[in-house]
Amino acid sequence: MIDPAWIDLALRSARPRAVGALLRYFGNLDSAEEAFQEACLVALQKWPENGPPRDVAAWLILVGRNAGIDGARRRKKEKPLPPDEVMSDLDDAEGALAQRLDDAHYRDDVLRLLFVCCHPELPATQQIALALRVVSGLTVKEIARAFFVGETAMEQRITRAKARIAAAELPFEAPDPDQRAARIKVVAAMIYLVFNEGYAATGGEAHLRAPLAAEAIRLARLLLRLYPDEPEIMGLLALLLLQDARSSARLDAHGDIILLEDQDRTRWDRSAVAEGLALVDKAMRHRRPGPYQVQAAIAALHDRAARAEETDWSEIEALYLTLERLTPSPVVTLNRAVAVAKLRGPEAALAVIEPLAPPLAGYFYFFGVRGAMLAQLGRTDEARAAFAQAIALAHTAAEAAHIRNHLDRLGQPDAASPEDGRAGSR
Amino acid sequence: MLYALFCYNSEEIVGSWTKEEDAAVMAKLAAVNERLIGEKKMGPVVRLMPTTAATTLRKTGKNRRLEAGDEPPLVLDGPFAETKEQLLGFFVVDCASLDEALSVARELGEANPGGAYEVRPIAFYLPGASVA
Repeated sequence: MIDPAWIDLALRSARPRAVGALLRYFGNLDSAEEAFQEACLVALQKWPENGPPRDVAAWLILVGRNAGIDGARRRKKEKPLPPDEVMSDLDDAEGALAQRLDDAHYRDDVLRLLFVCCHPELPATQQIALALRVVSGLTVKEIARAFFVGETAMEQRITRAKARIAAAELPFEAPDPDQRAARIKVVAAMIYLVFNEGYAATGGEAHLRAPLAAEAIRLARLLLRLYPDEPEIMGLLALLLLQDARSSARLDAHGDIILLEDQDRTRWDRSAVAEGLALVDKAMRHRRPGPYQVQAAIAALHDRAARAEETDWSEIEALYLTLERLTPSPVVTLNRAVAVAKLRGPEAALAVIEPLAPPLAGYFYFFGVRGAMLAQLGRTDEARAAFAQAIALAHTAAEAAHIRNHLDRLGQPDAASPEDGRAGSR
Repeated sequence: MLYALFCYNSEEIVGSWTKEEDAAVMAKLAAVNERLIGEKKMGPVVRLMPTTAATTLRKTGKNRRLEAGDEPPLVLDGPFAETKEQLLGFFVVDCASLDEALSVARELGEANPGGAYEVRPIAFYLPGASVA
């Protein structure tokens, strides 16, 4: 008798590969998901009796494909296949299919499945919801809870997203290397979005959204298993692990943000840190730097420091300069300014920050950092104005509360801490 | 006789455990380990990171020593073998017989179900320095 929990995990783990292959067979997402569902039902019936198959994904693909074909016949009012026929000689076929799955084919299947969820016409939240539903197999209820919407609303959102995809051309031809690289990039960005939805949550939302971060890590691992020698995917997984390692230390009892500098580092997940560091190491060997690798390297420098004072800020500044070269953005420059402040003081940091005022006029962290720098310089009135703007731009109560703390400290000049206000240190 | 118990399981499945599930399995294993360590039967216990963290050095020299014209060793990302179930860790145990080693494996298997243990007698064992 196999453990039902094991069956559950096995089905969940095999899902991306199985649904990916079924999508190739049936050409549309609904049929693929339906066929997978059917195969899971058969699995739940048969496995406790017969034991699990050698290759779970191959079994599900074969049974799902037969069930799908059967379903299509039923709809056409043809005679259905007898169920026994579906199940007979499954073992042989499974072996042959497993063989075929071992080639590069299934990698493109899974990548395609991830990629269709990233359709550019879909807004980011729909991409995320779709990936969680289709690739990860979370229930609509679970996804609805993570997004704080009703189940019906989420159901509609996912249905609409699927309709949009169905109306578009699905990329079924095997991708050439350039297309594949482009797909990997788009998928990596989507996975990072999923992670941030989970990781950036604060307050009462935090524990409801934490599963999203875990799911993103799972997806990044899946992607790296498919493309084990892609340094940027190593970088992505490392970045997620190194950030997630701090998750239990980054919020206080009220769900308010504790800045990196003030976190209890003994609460960081050491095994996640170790794995992240190992992946950064692996990626560096390729000497093909990319934005995820650089961000992971920055996270690694933070995670390596046993105490905040031991942080290697000059290396961090150098890495932000690299990141600015790779992906120029005022937000990256703002992050570099924080390192500059650590190394050369608030005046130097302000010089870096000032030119960013126009592009970042609506950016919470810009005013948070600017206010902190001004406060350090004793320019209290200007600092107060900057903090007020930050509060007006805060997205969450926790962000606003954090800035209010700064304001309070400005009110008591002796208690003013010059240490706070980093953009990239959530 | 020293045996290595190699723990094989699907890392996709093990990787799908929640932190709580993972911690629960580790706690159950720790209980078994503790007892066997107390009985002086359990040596080093190793849990490996996922195969995505692995790097493989292929020794491609035609001869045992690299000579001119030989390819230098090849460094590849990922595990040595692509398998359905992956090597996730191992134990070194001291048992009087294969039967006893199998019963240790059975006990560990109850704490950590799924996958398989390969029980392999050890031919050479050097404890080395204490590295952890």
